[in-house]
Amino acid sequence: MTQTATTSRAAPAPPKGAKPKAHRWTPWVYLAAPLALLVAFTYIPVASMLSYSLTDWDGVSPDSTFVGLDNYAQLFTRPELFGVFSVSLYYLAASVLQIGLALYFATVLSFNVRFRNLFKGILFFPYLINGVAIAFVFLYFFQRGGTLDTVLRFAGVDSQFLWLGDPDLVNVSLAGVSVWRFMGLNFVLFLGAIQSIQPQLYEAAELDGANRWHVFRHLIVPGITPIISLSVILAIAGSLSVFEIPFVITGGAGESKTFVIQTIKLAFQFNKTGLASAAAVVLLAVVLLVTWIQRRLVPDERNDLV
Amino acid sequence: MIDVKRRAFAAVVLAGALLVAGCGSDGAGSGADATAPTDPANLTGDITVLTNRTDLVTDGSMDKYAAEFKKVYPKVNVKFQGITDYEGEVKIRMNSDEYGDVLLIPQVVAKADYPKFFAPLGEQAELSRTYSFTDYGSVSGKVYGIASFGAANGFVYNKDVWKQAGVTAWPTTPEQFVDSLRKIKAAGVTPYYTNYKDGWPLSSWSNVVGSVGCDPKANDKLATTEPWAAGTDLTVGDSLLYTIVKEKLAEADPTTTNWEDSKGQIATGRIGTMWLGSWAVSQMQDAAKKAGKDPSVIGYMPFPAQSGGKYCSVVSPDKLYGINIHSKNKPAARAWLDWVLHKSGYAETAQAVSTIKGAPAPAALSGYTEAGVTYIELSQADAVKVTAIDNASEIGLTKADYRQKLIDIARGAAKGDLPAYLTDLNKKWTAAAKTVG
Repeated sequence: MTQTATTSRAAPAPPKGAKPKAHRWTPWVYLAAPLALLVAFTYIPVASMLSYSLTDWDGVSPDSTFVGLDNYAQLFTRPELFGVFSVSLYYLAASVLQIGLALYFATVLSFNVRFRNLFKGILFFPYLINGVAIAFVFLYFFQRGGTLDTVLRFAGVDSQFLWLGDPDLVNVSLAGVSVWRFMGLNFVLFLGAIQSIQPQLYEAAELDGANRWHVFRHLIVPGITPIISLSVILAIAGSLSVFEIPFVITGGAGESKTFVIQTIKLAFQFNKTGLASAAAVVLLAVVLLVTWIQRRLVPDERNDLV
Repeated sequence: MIDVKRRAFAAVVLAGALLVAGCGSDGAGSGADATAPTDPANLTGDITVLTNRTDLVTDGSMDKYAAEFKKVYPKVNVKFQGITDYEGEVKIRMNSDEYGDVLLIPQVVAKADYPKFFAPLGEQAELSRTYSFTDYGSVSGKVYGIASFGAANGFVYNKDVWKQAGVTAWPTTPEQFVDSLRKIKAAGVTPYYTNYKDGWPLSSWSNVVGSVGCDPKANDKLATTEPWAAGTDLTVGDSLLYTIVKEKLAEADPTTTNWEDSKGQIATGRIGTMWLGSWAVSQMQDAAKKAGKDPSVIGYMPFPAQSGGKYCSVVSPDKLYGINIHSKNKPAARAWLDWVLHKSGYAETAQAVSTIKGAPAPAALSGYTEAGVTYIELSQADAVKVTAIDNASEIGLTKADYRQKLIDIARGAAKGDLPAYLTDLNKKWTAAAKTVG
């Protein structure tokens, strides 16, 4: 550290004003377009949202009054507004399954398997479909006498379940759709990470007599830890902010209302744009908090293998 | 202008200054009255009309109307913008000045804000002689919105299904109605269809307000009384819906219903009845035609309650037409508005109740006319307050959610029972009423 500092001090400093000023601005010129877009479409809207969250604005009226932290106070004093986070637990549980499955398939397909590329395609395909289209497909899939019931009948099970109508089942069904959809993404991330592990290590392991489980446990898992931890963060953030699948399939009816659906309803059904903005800010804060905790618990060590 | 202010405001926050004050608040400019033109031949201007009927824009019906209009006003050009998510999209556009010249006023706009967004169309005292429903669009004696058309309410039903079940006369009490549905179920048909999944058809159950007790002040009373007290219109209506679902007289799985599908199902006799506005009759008849059935199989009956030996039905307006206060061609916009209401025949085609007073009742309501159903218009004196309470309480009389919950309780998919639920609604409503001045 000290050494670097000394070196840089020893280097001849450029004479002041010798370089044309334009050079200093060059990187900024390149950055101008992306920065402008970033500011215009991310930071200004977020700042507006913060400012709305301090007002009682109804979303359309030209007038609004400043109410301070009232909206936040309301959010934290009305338990039913926070209760909907319990729905996220279903999705959280599902994402554990999702990561497990993705890891399994990624490991299996990283070895030489017949029809490897075909399976890769099949597993990744759902992620490429638009979420709303998926929701529509599954709406018919879960219908009484729909695809799922028909398939079960072929298998000899005459199910009487209301997949979306039963309050104990609806979130399981919806979380299942989420697993089907996002497993492909995890799978591809894991597969990419596994394939970047140097092949010599496998050979060495083989020479040392390691079996497949040993290879997985001591070579693959440590090698892709950063990717697994990224997936976990994404899964947690994702399950806190589930939206499109339940919104299109059930509209948040019954027990399937998530925090984001509730926010949308506050803003666009009951015209409480201020309260809804506060809810959105709180969701952002919760996601940041969870990410921070997760990073503290599982520090991102530089790994020798990657 | 408002938009720019907001953005500038946001930038200030971004800069890190903790500066929080009201957003742009000077409302909209002072627009002149949108008065009707006197000389049609020389009226000029290009106007944009926003509509939620995307189907009529794509199939060219709107252009046909525009062509007819051009025969009277040769120098006015009309352009249409069909918007699928009408409420959501127009609401956002109304933060700018660009929301067309003639538009359907979104429900989200509070009545008190009408003068900030729409040009005045005339004095209410004068316009109410020509048009129905002026109460709905007037602020302090001036009219800002005129109803596009109106609708009565009742049950759309399949006449054959009811006849085969042995029910020939309209039921006069909710108990009789449920009894009839039981007979229909015994005949192997789904007696009632909730349209739970699409949701909005459920919200039309709020139209029972006024129809049950035949009281024109029913809506105003919501501002000062408990809406779900024993015997109120909402209690009677919601109890009927609850009983229908509880006794399994509705479709087996409400969560997967499909509105477009339901039209064909009632037309072909797989569904007995649905509670909807009278505008739905023509759509069901179209579905019957498409299915190769006689459209006259679709009937329309009032809510099963009588006062003084007569049925009663509230006639209420659909969306209101307004003229953008920022419009540069207000006379042309007004010309279009008047022409649509008086000359286009739009309401007749949709079998809707015309806004023009004295116009004949639509074919869809011929059954009502024969039975001598009393039509009432609800007073809107306290409508602003009722809406404010409704939003503050997050119940949503005009939204699907609270009836979806009601249905969930009735079919055993949520905890609770009807009395507890109604008490809970009353509690929320009264609490909110206290916060609304």
